[in-house]
Amino acid sequence: MIKYIDTGKKDTRSGFGDGLTQLGRNNKNVVALCADLTGSLKMNEFKKENPDKFIQVGIAEANMMGIAAGLTIGGKIPFTGTFANFSTGRVYDQIRQSIAYSDKNVKICASHAGVTLGEDGATHQILEDIGLMKMLPGMTVINTCDYNQTKAATIEIAKYMGPVYLRFGRPKVANFTPEDQKFEIGKGVMLNQGNDVTIVATGHLVWEAIKAGEELLKIGISAEIINIHTIKPLDSKIILNSVRKTGCLVSAEEHNYHGGLGESISRILAQNNPVPQSFVATNDTFGESGTPEQLMEKYGLNSQAIIKSATEVIKKK
Amino acid sequence: MDINLINLTNQIRRDILRMVHQVNSGHPGGSLGCVEYLAVLYFKIMKIDLEFNMNGINEDLFFLSNGHISPVFYSTLSRRGYFPISELNTFRKINSRLQGHPTTHEGLPGIRIASGSLGQGMSVSIGAALSKKLNNDKSTVFALLGDGELQEGQNWEAIMFAAAKKVDNLIVTIDLNGKQIDGSTDDVLPMGNIDEKFKSFGWEVLEIKEGNNIDKILDTLTYAKSITGKSKPIVILMHTEMGNGVDFMMNTHAWHGIAPNDEQLENALNQNPETLGDY
Repeated sequence: MIKYIDTGKKDTRSGFGDGLTQLGRNNKNVVALCADLTGSLKMNEFKKENPDKFIQVGIAEANMMGIAAGLTIGGKIPFTGTFANFSTGRVYDQIRQSIAYSDKNVKICASHAGVTLGEDGATHQILEDIGLMKMLPGMTVINTCDYNQTKAATIEIAKYMGPVYLRFGRPKVANFTPEDQKFEIGKGVMLNQGNDVTIVATGHLVWEAIKAGEELLKIGISAEIINIHTIKPLDSKIILNSVRKTGCLVSAEEHNYHGGLGESISRILAQNNPVPQSFVATNDTFGESGTPEQLMEKYGLNSQAIIKSATEVIKKK
Repeated sequence: MDINLINLTNQIRRDILRMVHQVNSGHPGGSLGCVEYLAVLYFKIMKIDLEFNMNGINEDLFFLSNGHISPVFYSTLSRRGYFPISELNTFRKINSRLQGHPTTHEGLPGIRIASGSLGQGMSVSIGAALSKKLNNDKSTVFALLGDGELQEGQNWEAIMFAAAKKVDNLIVTIDLNGKQIDGSTDDVLPMGNIDEKFKSFGWEVLEIKEGNNIDKILDTLTYAKSITGKSKPIVILMHTEMGNGVDFMMNTHAWHGIAPNDEQLENALNQNPETLGDY
């Protein structure tokens, strides 16, 4: 098992903020919009360095999405920033018509996704956003796992022409991917090769998958671990190659199993190589208040849940 | 551009009527009411490049928010030269670039945003206006909204924003025909004094009392353009007549979204003689 080192806990949203700051220095067309959450989205530095290219829209997300669509006409690359809940469900039709159907080059950057938002509770903890966004034709959907990956993804999506949903979170989590990584949209990252079970994780669950892999090895199970940051388009090749060897799969995500990464994987397995799959995801439920750790445990979103799923799914082979 | 606008508007009316009749669907009422506005805007006011480029740098831009009046938009664009007039024949048919509601998705020149789901066009036009400011591009952004559409809350977010941020390269026109699908706007959901509402938000408010009068539209749009760049967004409250130019389609909301039958079409076309050649 390859050893991954946590270089110090950091929040993924700071990766976004720092990536955006870098873009502000290097790409004259990048503009940023925020709906009264500049500090929460870590957009303060970009705002300070680029006051003319930072647009505060107030608490008016629908208007923000429309303005972002309009800004692309003239060649701007708008990055919108608000919580995942207000970046998706609240403005679904604005994204659908003015951005996705209109083929606009808007980067929808969504923080505080999932239950790890914590104490604010279910009104703010969206667990349906991946599903909402991946259903939109032409939308690229990315869910990054740590600070370094989020920063790299933020910089990379500015180069890509087309609408992107970039999902990240609030809590400080392990930062373990390389600082100088090359972020490739649509490419899974092989974290560890193994033979007995494939674990495909996204977002905050990637670090949990690594921890689970270490524990599984102690009980004699060799896990192949894949970091899927791009849920759409999905890297089906890396997944199919893996299950050809392992014969079973665990998907792990901080999202409802309805509409999440797991369902996207099920589709490619059903079409190509139906093997047993187990889902680490929320079970068609809203979240609640609590600390991120408590919520991850209660909703079955941690390394223990992955270990349990892995041992069960192996038995179904 | 040197063109007889009376002849042009007659022909656009014929195009609208024939398009919706041919596929027995579409929205003739609102389309007929905005013929003069779009004709004046595209043939007399806007600085445009017929080599269509999405970014429209140094061009005036137009956004149609009430996308259901696509027939008048398509006819005007084709008569202006954005795409072949014969293509009007494909309106609402399978494999057409002229979708029921306008879209960029099929690559129709002249369209810069999809619209149809109401209430989104003002925000988009504000974004395009901000993009021009960032590019130091001095041209103007125009938008047209229906009056019923002001019932959508997103517009009021946009109205507040545009004034607060001094988006003064934007001229929004509201098509005040007083009608929507379920009846008069006053019956469905009265919007109160729209003039005072815009003023209280900080907009410069102009009015066209005869929104089907070419000269009045030309005067007001010319004046509106002359007062851009003065720290205020501009709105024109344009009183139009739904179904204008076809006697039996006027004074009713009944023709919002239905097409004339053969007999009605003949009657309507007789009131609008062919001038520039049917498609």
